[in-house]
Amino acid sequence: MSDGEPLVRWQWIADHGAELADYTALHLRLGLLPVLFGLLVSVPLGILCHRRRRLYPPVLTVANILYSIPSLALFMVFVRYTGLTEQTVMIPLTLYTLSVLVPNVVDGLASVPEPVRLAATAMGFGTVRRVLQVELPIAVPVVIAGVRVAAVSSISLVAVGQLIGQGGLGYYITRGLQLDFPTPIVTAIVLIMLLALATDALLVLAQRLLTPWSRNRVTTA
Amino acid sequence: MIRFDAVSKKYPNGTTAVDEVTVELAEGAITILVGPSGCGKTTTLRMINRMVEPTAGTVSLRGRDIREVDAPELRRGIGYVIQHAGLFPHRTVLDNIATVPLLLGWGRKKARARAAELLELVGLPAEMAKRYPNQLSGGQQQRVGVARALGADPPVLLMDEPFSAVDPIVRAELQTEFARLQKELHKTIVFVTHDIDEAIRLGDRIAVFRDGGRLAQFDTPERLLSHPADDFVAGFVGQDRGIRRLSFVQAAGLPLRDGPVLPVTSPVTAARALDEPWVLVVDDARRPLGWTPVADLPESGTLADAALVPLGHTFSLVGDSARAALDSALLSPARLAVGVDADGAVVGVADAYELTAGAAPARRTDAAGSTVAADSAGGDR
Amino acid sequence: MNDFLNQIRLVADWLTSSAQWHGDEGIPARLLEHLTYSGLSLLCAALIGLSAGLLVGHTGRGAFAVASVANLARAIPTFGLVVLVVTLAGLSTAPVLVALVALAVPPILINTFEGVRGVDPATRDAARGVGMTEWEVLVKVEVPMALPLILLGLRVAAIQVVATATVAAYPGLGGLGRFIVDGLARNDYELVIGGSAVVVALALVVQAAFTALGRAVVSPGLRVSAPKS
Repeated sequence: MSDGEPLVRWQWIADHGAELADYTALHLRLGLLPVLFGLLVSVPLGILCHRRRRLYPPVLTVANILYSIPSLALFMVFVRYTGLTEQTVMIPLTLYTLSVLVPNVVDGLASVPEPVRLAATAMGFGTVRRVLQVELPIAVPVVIAGVRVAAVSSISLVAVGQLIGQGGLGYYITRGLQLDFPTPIVTAIVLIMLLALATDALLVLAQRLLTPWSRNRVTTA
Repeated sequence: MIRFDAVSKKYPNGTTAVDEVTVELAEGAITILVGPSGCGKTTTLRMINRMVEPTAGTVSLRGRDIREVDAPELRRGIGYVIQHAGLFPHRTVLDNIATVPLLLGWGRKKARARAAELLELVGLPAEMAKRYPNQLSGGQQQRVGVARALGADPPVLLMDEPFSAVDPIVRAELQTEFARLQKELHKTIVFVTHDIDEAIRLGDRIAVFRDGGRLAQFDTPERLLSHPADDFVAGFVGQDRGIRRLSFVQAAGLPLRDGPVLPVTSPVTAARALDEPWVLVVDDARRPLGWTPVADLPESGTLADAALVPLGHTFSLVGDSARAALDSALLSPARLAVGVDADGAVVGVADAYELTAGAAPARRTDAAGSTVAADSAGGDR
Repeated sequence: MNDFLNQIRLVADWLTSSAQWHGDEGIPARLLEHLTYSGLSLLCAALIGLSAGLLVGHTGRGAFAVASVANLARAIPTFGLVVLVVTLAGLSTAPVLVALVALAVPPILINTFEGVRGVDPATRDAARGVGMTEWEVLVKVEVPMALPLILLGLRVAAIQVVATATVAAYPGLGGLGRFIVDGLARNDYELVIGGSAVVVALALVVQAAFTALGRAVVSPGLRVSAPKS
């Protein structure tokens, strides 16, 4: 970096407003779709693990192993099949969410008080209806706590995808390095963190709306 | 032994947990602190091992102000048992019990040997030693908690609702064990409970606390039941305190009468002649066989031909309390309690009215009789 | 499936070619670099995170700050941070290590804190009641009971550091990420997939090491939960 270059040149940000907005939207899509897919996989998988307890340890082990693989390496494993596309970024990010979401679904279901479960059964709920109408709603706070962690990590991880050309705001990070110009890098970092924190705040809000009965309870990951 | 001198505990927010308590707890006895929740009984207990520091007054142990002693050192010399036992989940049962000896630097081998001894003392099998607390039932955990408190053989034991987290059957079992243990060990025990029955069952002396951390009465269980200091204490010990008091009256002194008792060889006409609805049939050693309803007796023959109704309970004049006698009266088909001697021979019978009248405390005629000061409590137990 | 076997063959070929096992750019040298970056930064992060987490957990003071730091830290794009550090401080190892430490501290800190704070108050009360000093309460009760969460924090931090150290190859640092980044630049797929295989292997070893460590040091009393009544 040349001497005298400030950390942030405000003029550059002003000049790139529209482009930044486009990349922000792209980044949000790349970061959040994996969480949605992860949830679609984790909820049935979590219910299954909750009901067949023996399945849980192996499922958790696989999810943890997937989570431990560095994103750059995992992207490369999929490049062969899906090329330098958005899917190549989103599939690994989806896999990462499982290590947080599956345990939280299982813990959430386990948090349903036994008397509630028994009462529901005694009132004549079938298994499926009981899970959907009684147990899952009660599990929502714990599940959302997991979604918050998954969403924040996912949004901040997207940037690495830029190494295969699909990093959302990560574009500005590599761009800044190439130009030896910190403004785009700082801008990207700040925007990514803002996206993550805003998403987190929205999820807290969503949980309050979804579970008005737990409003006075603290639920953190 | 343990002396509270005008001890108060006030919190910065203005609440008073303990208010000017002055009391002396006797050595080698079980003192129970009892009262409704929030009455300061636990705070009082925790001031003895400096888990809570008083804001006024002094607590002394064997004549020494406990503030002169370093808190951890003081606590190592005082056993401490709490509700849910508070065992260390990451340590085996044996290592839990060995905690204090290890803190005192006894060395692992000696500490473990001592722990094994205590495991047996509290009635747990040796194979429990290697288990972890989570693998024990609530009652077993509580026994381990007591064993841990006894680790360094402390002269003083503080117990904070130790048996309230287990079910009634296990609780009764633990209470019996505990009473047996105390007979052997003669510790100075301070015991907090909100259960007046437990207090009366286990205590040598009972301190009843009321809201605001004030001491309402300090007395023997018997005097607490017969002479509650005021309406609060009377209400707290309960409506049935009259019956409960009978537990402290020996059956030996109860007035019995001969009653409708006949040997099995008597003719049925003799039974009819008594003009009673029920007759107690006894064998030739006067041991009771059963009750028979006179109305159902055969026309002729002896009582050996009569149908007998089971006795219900008898009570022994040696060892049983007046409460057992009353129980026996209420459960008998004839509504008569049957008192037997050490050989099981019938001494006499009495109905519930006769029993309770006979067990009533001598009436006090002095005007101030209802107020009982801590040190004037009678009864040598 | 066929293609998958192809990939494996590719990886095997690359791994077995002798060129990969010698010199400054061979696997051993790169692995050593990677382990040095990761190990050093994890060690520093553990020192900071553990002591702060234990202190906050034991005293209960600063809990809100710890939770906020952890939340904020999770949102930082690690890739961006490393690139920014290189842009600002030039291409040298020390600044990148500082960034790695900064990324690894929060998971250790928050989990240590949660672990200590999560100790049942009754157990802590009992520990003081039997005459433990504050230090003894911490070392003999709180730390052993918090160990599962402390190890979780260390594991998450280790995974984070290993992954970020891989990405650090992009702005020019050494380590196993070099193979992938160079392979991508040269369109050499064999290099990319071979390097990825080594990174995956390292991640699995780290994961397995922490599982083994947990088995070795966590008291069985904290794992069993079959209360019989």
